[in-house]
Amino acid sequence: MNKPLPNSFRQGPDARGRFGQFGGRFVAETLMPLILEVEQAYEASKTDTAFQAEWRRLLTHYVGRPSPLWYADRLTTHLRKGAAPGMGAKVYFKRDELNHTGAHKINAVLGQILLAKKMGKTRIIAETGAGQHGVATATACALFDLPCTVFMGATDVERQQPNVFRMKLLGAEVVPVTSGAATLKDAMNEALRHWVANVEDTYYCIGTVAGPHPYPAMVRDFQSVIGEETRGQMMAAEGRLPDALVAAIGGGSNAMGLFYPFLDDEQVAMYGVEAAGKGVETHEHAASLTKGRPGVLHGNRTYLLQDEAGQILEAHSISAGLDYPGVGPEHSWLHELGRVNYVHATDDEALAAFQLCSKLEGIIPALEPAHALAYVIRQAPLMPADRIVVMNMCGRGDKDIFTVARHLGVQL
Amino acid sequence: MSRIAARFAALKHEGRGALVTYLSGYDPDPATSLAILRGLPGAGADVIEVGVPFTDPMADGPSIQRAGLRALKAGATLDGVLALVRDFRKENAATPVVLMGYYNPILSYGVDAFCNDAAASGVDGLIVVDVPPEEADEIEPQAKANGLDLIRLVAPTTDDARLPRVLAATTGFVYYVAITGITGTRSATTADLAAALPRIRPHTDLPVCVGFGIRTPEQAAEAARIADGAVVGTALVDALAASLDAEGRAKPDTVRKVLDQVRALAEAVRGVPSAA
Repeated sequence: MNKPLPNSFRQGPDARGRFGQFGGRFVAETLMPLILEVEQAYEASKTDTAFQAEWRRLLTHYVGRPSPLWYADRLTTHLRKGAAPGMGAKVYFKRDELNHTGAHKINAVLGQILLAKKMGKTRIIAETGAGQHGVATATACALFDLPCTVFMGATDVERQQPNVFRMKLLGAEVVPVTSGAATLKDAMNEALRHWVANVEDTYYCIGTVAGPHPYPAMVRDFQSVIGEETRGQMMAAEGRLPDALVAAIGGGSNAMGLFYPFLDDEQVAMYGVEAAGKGVETHEHAASLTKGRPGVLHGNRTYLLQDEAGQILEAHSISAGLDYPGVGPEHSWLHELGRVNYVHATDDEALAAFQLCSKLEGIIPALEPAHALAYVIRQAPLMPADRIVVMNMCGRGDKDIFTVARHLGVQL
Repeated sequence: MSRIAARFAALKHEGRGALVTYLSGYDPDPATSLAILRGLPGAGADVIEVGVPFTDPMADGPSIQRAGLRALKAGATLDGVLALVRDFRKENAATPVVLMGYYNPILSYGVDAFCNDAAASGVDGLIVVDVPPEEADEIEPQAKANGLDLIRLVAPTTDDARLPRVLAATTGFVYYVAITGITGTRSATTADLAAALPRIRPHTDLPVCVGFGIRTPEQAAEAARIADGAVVGTALVDALAASLDAEGRAKPDTVRKVLDQVRALAEAVRGVPSAA
């Protein structure tokens, strides 16, 4: 790679919301003034000590942060058995699945809901894939007594029934979206369309580090609590930084949250694991960085799965949360700079990891981090035994047991 | 003088507003789409917008979403839509053609090559819905170099502070979005329209056309009276959709039914003198 690397990987985005060529604000004029308003409110919130204190208070007493950093002893031992002598890295889990609502999504949702209140917005909308972001948003809206509408692809409504029911219990309206393949991409289209029609009173709470500026930066900043905690916890546990970080990538918010505080620590390698679905050599995957090319969708320029004519292709993954043909623009930038390695794991590998983790660690992971775990299972045995890997266990698998049972041919 | 400028100048001379029609290119198939396109000027369309189908049309309602899907199924590409315009231009040199769509197919085609090919195909202007003035440098230099107008949307949410910036980045005509919403979902009231124009006029000498939420001949006439033109899209797309068979294929009277609707709109627009 011949292009000069920046002095810091933590400076983005620029004033236009760009990470290198990626990001930006590609929205219709109707939304543009509102996007600028969100940006202004977000910038002001950064130095608003009352805002920050309230967010931190919620993280501590409502979410249950800090989430533990768990040394996965049995998994580590198991992986060493299959490794060459002296090989097999120590594996830690950052346990964001223990958060209230069962995933990392709540971190950024609470920040955004506080922002929406500050902006005087009285309604919240969100898109959701696996339902984790929808549940987190519905939860925060219940807490703050705000009406909440969640757009969810009809396919996902079908495969994530427990989360649909949760959202309804929490008082949210769930709108099944039937356009396209009826998954996360289409839910986001519909949420954006709804927002265009309701800009006056509505705040759109985006679940990932994608969308128009300032969302990618804002969601990353809120999620960075994951990496900040990991840093301190790792220093306390091992007296040094980890050698590698691993996280699953759909839109990429849990990964950005873990990676961001470590981006300037050269010795820390990073792996973002995309969903390879039935294999990246097939057409049924969601590996936008591995197999896509740059384009513009949902307000930002980023790597997208698209055909030669620039039409967006449907993604596929067993995990509804990774089933998205794009990726956050900062990931595209880090990919082109080579700072983060983007790899992939298939549906089958994720299913195997899901089961292994349940049996060895007594932790049922969500299918999303099961992809990250699949990569850990592949890579840790190839690393020396004195190396340390931290994987973001960004969600718990309760919501996925029906999907997994179906794939394993088990009748519940 | 560009075709767009010439057309609006002529209409001003005539003392009436423009009827601007929108249909998706390739909907429901290339041959029918071309036949409709060729019939539009005769039916009374003053400016023709051709939609470039995209899988994820974020600013469009269900009717135009479905039109896009029909067109994509029929093999629509940006390349194909340019070919459609070239075929149209063989018979018509005067009616302005504006392509309306989203950025990604253009980006994929290559912005330089696209602007060059669009101009060469007889396209006069572009509406790229998801490229706001903040991102104008993505396409503005190439459009300008090829003599293509960049028509921008002005929305009810575009505040007074922002308005001059948006209008400064606009050429050809201003497309005033009459409603806060996506295409074809609600109707604009006369009061909405009457309030908007005094806000825009002081900042621009360009013609102002009103769209999103104009369905009936009466609404079109009203919009064309208050502004310099009325854009009708979803109502025409709906007329087309209603004429198709159960499999979404054109029937023998599809072209006539769409053009009948255009004629009704044109009569209404022509029946009233414009304020401009």
